[in-house]
Amino acid sequence: MDLALAPETLARWQFGITTVYHFLFVPLTISLAALTAGLQTAWVRTEKEKYLRATKFWGKLFLINIAMGVVTGIVQEFQFGMNWSDYSRFVGDIFGAPLAFEALIAFFFESTFIGLWIFGWDKLPKKIHLACIWMVSMGTVLSAYFILAANSWMQHPVGFRINEERGRAELTDFWLVLTQNTALTQFFHTITAAFLVGGAFMAGISAFHLARKKHVPVMRSSLRLGLIVLIVAGMGTAISGDLLGKVMFKQQPMKMAAAEALWDGEAPAPFSVFAYGDVEKGHNKVAIEIPGLLSFLANDDFTSFVPGINDVNKAEQEKFGPGDYRPNIPVAYWGFRWMIGFGMASLGIGALGLWLTRKRFMLPAELRTGEDEVPHLVLFKKPLSPKLANLYWVVALWTMGFPLIANSWGWIFTEMGRQPWVVYGVLRTRDAVSPNVSQAEVLTSMIGFTLLYAVLAVIEVKLLVKYVKAGPPELTEADLNPPTKIGGDDKNPDRPMAFSY
Amino acid sequence: MQLHDVWFVLIAVLWTGYFFLEGFDFGVGVLTKLLARDRTEKRVLINTIGPVWDGNEVWLLTAGGATFAAFPDWYATLFSGFYLPLLLILICLIIRGVAFEYRHKRPEDRWQTNWEHAIFWTSLIPAFLWGVAFANIVRGVKIDENKEYVGTLLDLLNVYSILGGLVTLTLFTFHGTVFTSLKTVGDIRDRSRKLATRLGVVTAVLALVFLIWTQVSCGDGQSLIAMIVAVLALVGALGFNLAGREGWSFALSGVTIAAAVAMLFLTLFPNVMPSSLNEAWNLTVTNSSSSAYTLKIMTWCAAVATPLVLLYQGWTYWVFRKRIGTQHIVDVH
Repeated sequence: MDLALAPETLARWQFGITTVYHFLFVPLTISLAALTAGLQTAWVRTEKEKYLRATKFWGKLFLINIAMGVVTGIVQEFQFGMNWSDYSRFVGDIFGAPLAFEALIAFFFESTFIGLWIFGWDKLPKKIHLACIWMVSMGTVLSAYFILAANSWMQHPVGFRINEERGRAELTDFWLVLTQNTALTQFFHTITAAFLVGGAFMAGISAFHLARKKHVPVMRSSLRLGLIVLIVAGMGTAISGDLLGKVMFKQQPMKMAAAEALWDGEAPAPFSVFAYGDVEKGHNKVAIEIPGLLSFLANDDFTSFVPGINDVNKAEQEKFGPGDYRPNIPVAYWGFRWMIGFGMASLGIGALGLWLTRKRFMLPAELRTGEDEVPHLVLFKKPLSPKLANLYWVVALWTMGFPLIANSWGWIFTEMGRQPWVVYGVLRTRDAVSPNVSQAEVLTSMIGFTLLYAVLAVIEVKLLVKYVKAGPPELTEADLNPPTKIGGDDKNPDRPMAFSY
Repeated sequence: MQLHDVWFVLIAVLWTGYFFLEGFDFGVGVLTKLLARDRTEKRVLINTIGPVWDGNEVWLLTAGGATFAAFPDWYATLFSGFYLPLLLILICLIIRGVAFEYRHKRPEDRWQTNWEHAIFWTSLIPAFLWGVAFANIVRGVKIDENKEYVGTLLDLLNVYSILGGLVTLTLFTFHGTVFTSLKTVGDIRDRSRKLATRLGVVTAVLALVFLIWTQVSCGDGQSLIAMIVAVLALVGALGFNLAGREGWSFALSGVTIAAAVAMLFLTLFPNVMPSSLNEAWNLTVTNSSSSAYTLKIMTWCAAVATPLVLLYQGWTYWVFRKRIGTQHIVDVH
């Protein structure tokens, strides 16, 4: 069979497409849930109307986004059984448990309380309504934790033994699966990266409105909040990324060697800035390197030995039998770089933005009309030309996409860097696909999902743009007088619902 | 009772929860074309399930996740074997979820009409296909000695399974009609009750044929009792509906669903998915379950989480207990 259309290849493409697509919505959901909850808390505590308007504005964008996150998540769970049935048979004993935990503990939570939050504006007292969005936020984070624990087990299988008789892996220590350092560092890294997405999203959209001098009070608070989140999350992502990298150097040396295009082990090992390699011959034709840095990233010193691709391949051949144990090296190498590059660029732009929009750089006092003035870029004594002054807003808008690109490449690198293993060192990807599912079936589902996703992406983006442009809603009488008892006030039984589909 | 038997029961409970809850919201989706006369009435119907449909759907994800964890071989055989029907269900669930959330987000007539069509079809198709799938599981499918499904798509479409599909479709729609007569006020509530009577009769006829067929071909004493409960509950639901006791009617249409699911699972046990090729190749609770350790952990998790889930989901229904009618729908865009 043509390799490009082999069921394994198709199933991998399908998994890649659905996962990367799903993960465009997941980080935004995680971060916007918490940010919306934060803004609503600010409203409940201060009763400043701008916070309620901000809550409604970001909350609506959050809802448009979570709808897609939820429906694409269902596909993930079904896909293991549909396309990877031999994987499911082999690891179900271990891998199924965190998935079931996720559904029972986290997803029920999230889905139930989101219904309460959406429809509860005129049914729940203010503080209980606020608690609902915090529950949603907690649910999204818990969800991420269980899924990442499951994924970490594929990266670094622990707490199991092989049952030869049943031909499968069996769980021996669930606590270890949930608390191994791979799971914890990966969770830390993914959550911080998720907030990077939300921070950039908030800063970018606020910048869009501020550049037009619209909705200034709401958007100025949102901009500053977004930028602070961007910076804190950016630093968190860098720290967690470094920790995760050190864990990976120990657990998956092949992935990290591929990420660096380090063909032969060296001591001290250099960090590669640019490399162009020959995969067949196993060396780089062009390489620009920083000496010793890779040793530092792997082991915290500048002189230690880091094994290369050829070393690990040889070691794995001795351990697991003849074969090629190298992942797709250009993808790993560039995926790693796009991830770090775009992630760090968004952190840098966030830091610059926070500095540029601080109080000193507001309009001169005589021109101010109130404390909620549009931040104006007064870098120099003379005012900037409008074109140049607008540049920052444009940059902020573009930066919205950076963390998404970084996240996607991060996952592509993580998953493709593990190949040819689906469970590192235990189960090969080619042994994991469903043996009884035909090429035509996988092709049908892949084309079906891809087309559907493409159409939905267009719809979602158009809706987001529409609601972003519309800006925060004006508040109504009902918004400012929330009910005092659960189930709503009975004074006027025919009062229209505050929210209805 | 061993742990894998406990998990067989728990998975039956999860499917019961799913069909009970999403059953009525599928039904309401179908009713948007069967019952609603105009857009405002459609919106009343959709809003009766608005706060809860998402939580209802999680019962499916939990049933799927629990099957994966407790019976990996069952999960693998079922999901890879029923590939195309499941694909269709998945696509429907994707479009359906998005349709609920996006329909009201633009004022254009065409936009809203398109999503309304989507809500109808993506509620109807899964409601039908789940019946087809479960009828096939009970009847037995071509499973070989390696636990793999070796049949084709056409093997899944037979008179028995299609009848099963019609039963779930009509039963869910009936359940939905009873639900809307419980949750609405005004003209739509009266029409809903009248429609429930007619739908109930059709459902009763189809369900009776299907359940007796099931009982005769693979039932035993216990499944007979479940069948009798299902039939009596359905008759009771119809009777209470005629008498205008909507709460009781809804409770009993729920009991019908629960008893019917119980009957299907009772006819299965101790199999989880019988093979039509050779009895020795049946998937059973023992040969397809997880290790005792995994089942133990899962049992603890279920013991703690399930009551909590029931508690807060129940609370949601309490918060949104008030009936709604066309007067509560305001046109805002």
